[in-house]
Amino acid sequence: MLVSIYRYNPDTDEKPVMRDIEIELPEGKDLMVLDVLELAKQQDPTVVYRRSCREGVCGSDGMNINGTNGLACITPISQAVKPGGKLVLRPLPGLPVIRDLVVDMSIFYKQFEKVKPYLINDSAPPAIERLQSPEDREKLDGLYECILCACCSTNCPSFWWNPDKFIGPAGLLQAYRFLADTRDTADNERLSGLDDPFSVFRCRGIMNCVAVCPKGLNPTRAIGHIRSMLLQQGI
Amino acid sequence: MVTSVTNLGRSGLYDWLVQRLSAVILAAYSLCILASFVLNPDMDYEQWSSIFESNVMRIFSMITLFALCAHAWIGMWTISTDYLTTLQLGKRATFFRLLFQASCALLICVYLLWGIQIFWGN
Amino acid sequence: MTGMRTLSFDAVIVGGGGAGLRAALQLSQSGYNTAVITKVFPTRSHTVSAQGGITCAIGSDDPDDDWRWHMYDTVKGSDYIGDQDAIEYMCSVGPQAVYELEHMGLPFSRTESGRIYQRPFGGQSKNYGKGGQAARTCAAADRTGHALLHTLYQGNLKNNTEFFNEWYATDLVRNSDGVIVGVIAICIETGETVFIKSKATVFATGGAGRIYASTTNALINTGDGVGMALRAGYPVQDIEMWQFHPTGIHGAGTLVTEGCRGEGGYLINKDGERFMERYAPNAKDLAGRDVVARSMALEILEGRGCGENGDHVLLKLDHLGEDVLNSKLPGILELSRTFAHVDPIKDPIPVVPTCHYMMGGIPTNVNGQALTQNSEGKDEIIPGLFAVGEVACVSVHGANRLGGNSLLDLVVFGRAAGKHIEDMLHQGMEHASVSDDDIQQAQNRLDRLNNSTSGESTAELRTELQSIMQNHFGVFRKGEFMREGIKKLASLRERIANVHLEDKSQTFNTARIEALELENLFEVAEATAIAAEGREESRGAHARDDFRDRDDENWLCHSMYFPIEKKIGKRDVNFSPKTVDTLEPQIRTY
Repeated sequence: MLVSIYRYNPDTDEKPVMRDIEIELPEGKDLMVLDVLELAKQQDPTVVYRRSCREGVCGSDGMNINGTNGLACITPISQAVKPGGKLVLRPLPGLPVIRDLVVDMSIFYKQFEKVKPYLINDSAPPAIERLQSPEDREKLDGLYECILCACCSTNCPSFWWNPDKFIGPAGLLQAYRFLADTRDTADNERLSGLDDPFSVFRCRGIMNCVAVCPKGLNPTRAIGHIRSMLLQQGI
Repeated sequence: MVTSVTNLGRSGLYDWLVQRLSAVILAAYSLCILASFVLNPDMDYEQWSSIFESNVMRIFSMITLFALCAHAWIGMWTISTDYLTTLQLGKRATFFRLLFQASCALLICVYLLWGIQIFWGN
Repeated sequence: MTGMRTLSFDAVIVGGGGAGLRAALQLSQSGYNTAVITKVFPTRSHTVSAQGGITCAIGSDDPDDDWRWHMYDTVKGSDYIGDQDAIEYMCSVGPQAVYELEHMGLPFSRTESGRIYQRPFGGQSKNYGKGGQAARTCAAADRTGHALLHTLYQGNLKNNTEFFNEWYATDLVRNSDGVIVGVIAICIETGETVFIKSKATVFATGGAGRIYASTTNALINTGDGVGMALRAGYPVQDIEMWQFHPTGIHGAGTLVTEGCRGEGGYLINKDGERFMERYAPNAKDLAGRDVVARSMALEILEGRGCGENGDHVLLKLDHLGEDVLNSKLPGILELSRTFAHVDPIKDPIPVVPTCHYMMGGIPTNVNGQALTQNSEGKDEIIPGLFAVGEVACVSVHGANRLGGNSLLDLVVFGRAAGKHIEDMLHQGMEHASVSDDDIQQAQNRLDRLNNSTSGESTAELRTELQSIMQNHFGVFRKGEFMREGIKKLASLRERIANVHLEDKSQTFNTARIEALELENLFEVAEATAIAAEGREESRGAHARDDFRDRDDENWLCHSMYFPIEKKIGKRDVNFSPKTVDTLEPQIRTY
């Protein structure tokens, strides 16, 4: 199979190029894109990408696969490429490229850190756990599962235009994860940190984030909830 | 919290709300005008201008004009902060953005004053 | 100096998984200048893959539950070579450590009364094995590791721990007095090599499951801490003890949590028989992992395996119903659909025992202080060096770890080491002196690799290593066969030392990192091989065809592998818990 990989090494290259590499695939097995990359690296050890768990829970290998953001380790070739087609791998769009498929994610992490992604509750904790009903706990489903792979934020035009000001779908999903947690007591503090024209309100409801989330999460819905909370607080 | 001094209400929520409310007003006004055309298919200039003689219609029109201006400012401001940024234009971005915003502001002011003159001028 | 930049900290933690982050949190909470060096962004560490839960007697499912019962189960699970003082510490401090995680925000699943949800797990009993199955494993759906790791990372963000993300520690730096003074580390992004100087160096580098061809472990689990310790000449303990998880997805190796069986799933062979009823009449599918894995291997060997090649068995879940599966095991549904092309709501999952966990590691005391043995065979603390988590062997897992005990191990001993270092710093521990020579010593390996001009490729050598380990040191082991494996490994050593690094560029050179990792993999593999051949008995996860029985007379002890002599020694197991009676070795049945 022909695999076209975005290649750029700042030590040696002036400009990035797409370079083709022919990979021999084993018969009768639907490999994941990551397996193909591993085969490519065996042929050419200078191909560079991130990977860790190889089962879609660590979020290392987010990349652009034939035009769609996704995790290489859980995207089967059959889903990524039409039969006889070429596999095209590029780094996640919108972030500076360090080398090949590796992008500089600092600004993505910075936006995540901005939402104070930790539980705030200054009351003295009980001797056991804080109690929470299953119904209240259920509110966190679809929020806490985020793996910070950045597939969503790097697929969001608003994040492309203002990565330094718009928190982006991943960060906002986490913002709402703590707003929705009944054990967290800092709703007002959190909301007043979000009430500017950029942090939340640059979301235009394009829903590109929802379309690509490898964990099937829905950041747009979470952003909607944040907006409603801001509205309730503001009126 | 991202601070900004050029947006309309200093708060994202305020801008967001104003844009939606103004959109509702603009839609209502458009429907109203459309209805008057549909109900009077043979309308001439006399009838048309008489619609705007009544104070109710004048006030409605003025509110719509204000809504239009606010709506336009928020929209144009947003466009300028999406596309005229350092990321796209480099260091010159601030200059161009301010220039663009100032032009929009000027134009909106002109339309607003002109509109007031049209509705209340005589 | 050697022209290398030096960064200085009170404590340096190598590894950003659960244990490392828990230790770091402890230290940054009390204001010490703490750095975490991690080769991947912390939430990409392998803790994230833990599914089923964290076992701990918090008494939510059963208010009468007792940490002593948990201790009994753990000692029995370890096949009696877990240190009883350490297990006592872990089981008794566990609840506090788990509550702290909850207070930090870990989104545990809940019971109707609002307490943390606990599920049954293998090897867990009530009333010292006499009260039936216990539900003691605290869970956040089947994503407990993910929830735990993210919570700990969040806690560290809150407390401003300094992170060196995507930095790779290559070797320990030791001064002429034998004090560990820090590590050499490479910034992967820029290629810069830095000496990170520290009053306390904590290894939290995780396991080395990648020594096997078929493993549930992440690609990053290359035993870097064990490799560094062995190269520095320190011994490792019980390194022959490798857990094979009963349910890795056939073909892919991906883990399917024991929680599946905890929730009521069970294993069947090709005749549809629930075969665990024969091997463990009481606990059945929830017997110890070593027992279940061996039973599965036997079923397959005796021709009752499933599939065209009869090389796996099936895990049946459909009888639990869609609702239970969706709420309790959502991640498993995802993984099965992706990697086994099977929807567990309708069909059973093809599974096979798969390398999962390294019970052995760097020997430590309950404070996480790394130990070595002096010439008289007495324990001696290695000054400045600590180890926590999978890389450490405290030893709470002995010859077989119980499910849910690894997450507990991480937080309890990460916390304990953090607290101990806190005390030492409080008492005025200072930086030890270090010379250019000491640093250069640690730098040699890197220099050699950077100057390599010919040799074999990393990928080929790694594949060869993994297949030797898979074939010669798997679920069932045999002396003669192992000796053959050791010979093959010996010939591999030279070739790996001469591995060729083709790509010499500085920016994000993952080929360089993989070559360095390969050397660590090899160190772990060789230690495993020699220790496995040396332990002439069957105990826990170590099952020998030529010594089928447990031999308490000769081997009720830890093995110690000494890298310089490549010899096996022994170390006493602790049988003196502080607050409870000693648990005497018994015949282990489930």
